[in-house]
Amino acid sequence: MSAAKNIPSRRAEWLLTLPSLGWLAVFFVAPALIVFLLAFKTADATGGVSAGWTLDNLRALADPQYRPILWRTFWISGTTTLICLVIALPVSFAMARAAPRWRNFLLLLIIIPFWTNFLIRVFAWKTLLQSDGLVSQLLDATRLFDESPTLLYNSGAVLLIMVYTQLPFAILPLYAAAERFDFTLMDAARDLGASGFRAFRSVFIPGISRGLGAAALIVFVATIGMYVVPDIVGGTDSEMIGNKIAQRAQGDRNLPLASALAAALLFCVLLLLILCSSAFRRSEKLDNALKGELQA
Amino acid sequence: MKRSRFPVLVTAAVLLFFYAPIVVLVINSFNASRFGGSWEGFTLKWYEKLWNNDDIWSALWTSLGLATLASLTAMVLGTLAAFALHRFQSRLQKIHLGTLTVPLVMPDILMGISLLLFFVALGVPTGFTTIWIAHVTFCLSYVTMVVLGRLQDFDFTLVDAARDLGAGRWQTLRRVVLPLLAPGIIAGGLLAFTLSIDDFVITFFVQGPGTTTLTLRVYSMMKVSQNMPVINALATILLALTFAVVTLSFKLTRKQTAP
Repeated sequence: MSAAKNIPSRRAEWLLTLPSLGWLAVFFVAPALIVFLLAFKTADATGGVSAGWTLDNLRALADPQYRPILWRTFWISGTTTLICLVIALPVSFAMARAAPRWRNFLLLLIIIPFWTNFLIRVFAWKTLLQSDGLVSQLLDATRLFDESPTLLYNSGAVLLIMVYTQLPFAILPLYAAAERFDFTLMDAARDLGASGFRAFRSVFIPGISRGLGAAALIVFVATIGMYVVPDIVGGTDSEMIGNKIAQRAQGDRNLPLASALAAALLFCVLLLLILCSSAFRRSEKLDNALKGELQA
Repeated sequence: MKRSRFPVLVTAAVLLFFYAPIVVLVINSFNASRFGGSWEGFTLKWYEKLWNNDDIWSALWTSLGLATLASLTAMVLGTLAAFALHRFQSRLQKIHLGTLTVPLVMPDILMGISLLLFFVALGVPTGFTTIWIAHVTFCLSYVTMVVLGRLQDFDFTLVDAARDLGAGRWQTLRRVVLPLLAPGIIAGGLLAFTLSIDDFVITFFVQGPGTTTLTLRVYSMMKVSQNMPVINALATILLALTFAVVTLSFKLTRKQTAP
């Protein structure tokens, strides 16, 4: 391309890029930076932010009020991620091995329930789990418990409904990886005497490791920022960092403290994203190097 | 060699797990029982109550207006962004793509609180405008990715053909490029529309007095009035509507893939 044509093309690029990049710079990047900045401010009486600087909000994160909540956020998210992966693995395996016309149908079946509003899905569970709800009645009918257990407002309920809301986000990336997996490798392992489970564990799971990584990242990041689920079906002993952010921001309006909590969460999320993207890049490089080796 | 039935059984159990709560909810919307524990006969009275609930109607109109504005804005910005990403390969576009990708994985609560802090720091009062800005911000990336996907199948020789036949830049854009890309842009817009209608967390943070969206109304009904059967009825209608919108957008995107 000639130089004369290059100049308007450079201008065209900026004209096309600026609206979206500018919008995100102002309304996404700048607000994220402000979260880190306001964490060092103090609240004023009217619910705004006063002029001075302080480290009190960061110290408050180590406070007995917040430390257990940070810890709980991590274990609930970690457990949710683990359960989702364990369930999604056989599901993605079954889907990828199904006949092609079944695959898209199954995929659709997995997605359809999630067209319902998130709040309403959580609410539907609340109706099921309440003291005279359907699940309680079913449990009573089994006569396993002398007294029907409380199913709502505890960490168990939070975990169950977290898994319910996040499971498709584990199934979809795993299915995408499983669909590209070469299943003749598993048949080879079985021919060589491996049991079905052994072949699944030693051939299938390593074969879709990148999908596994993506699924874990998506579910974990979504759950550490969760607010609605613990708010609706959790109790005071199952609150997560998201609840605290919302309480400080919309409840008693201590914005700098909300900001410090959000900064801690944002820091974790960004760290995870950076670690994962570099891990992905390394595994891709390794793949390409191996391919090069094989061709040579 | 015998194949294990285990994965298939897990899949069936997962589907049951996914559908059971929603099926129960839809059934309960026709249940005369107030708390939905047992079946006490068929009724439409919850739908009638919903119909007569003025708060829900006004919240619905707010949500529809907001979703229309937000998705139109996101359609324009997202289409431009997709063109830029598709046509140019430069450092700028790498940054552009990165900035568009991060919002896709950012937890809602972080986007909500950061926008609230941003508006407070600038002294902007929260309300309809701030919700609109927030919705465009989280819809933009989705629209861009959908349109970018369509652009990758787009045959750019058609542009050259139009130019060779004497069409001007603007004429080519309006007569050739946009009509061919329209299904993709509309599909992106519909996605943005449903995301906007569906959002609760981000809206919760940047809401202001006087602007109540449908999800904010539903949340306060769930928390305060415990008016469960009416929410069941509303959920059933929303489910049917979402079904219609998604089917439409499926049809629009599929039309061009089939030769």
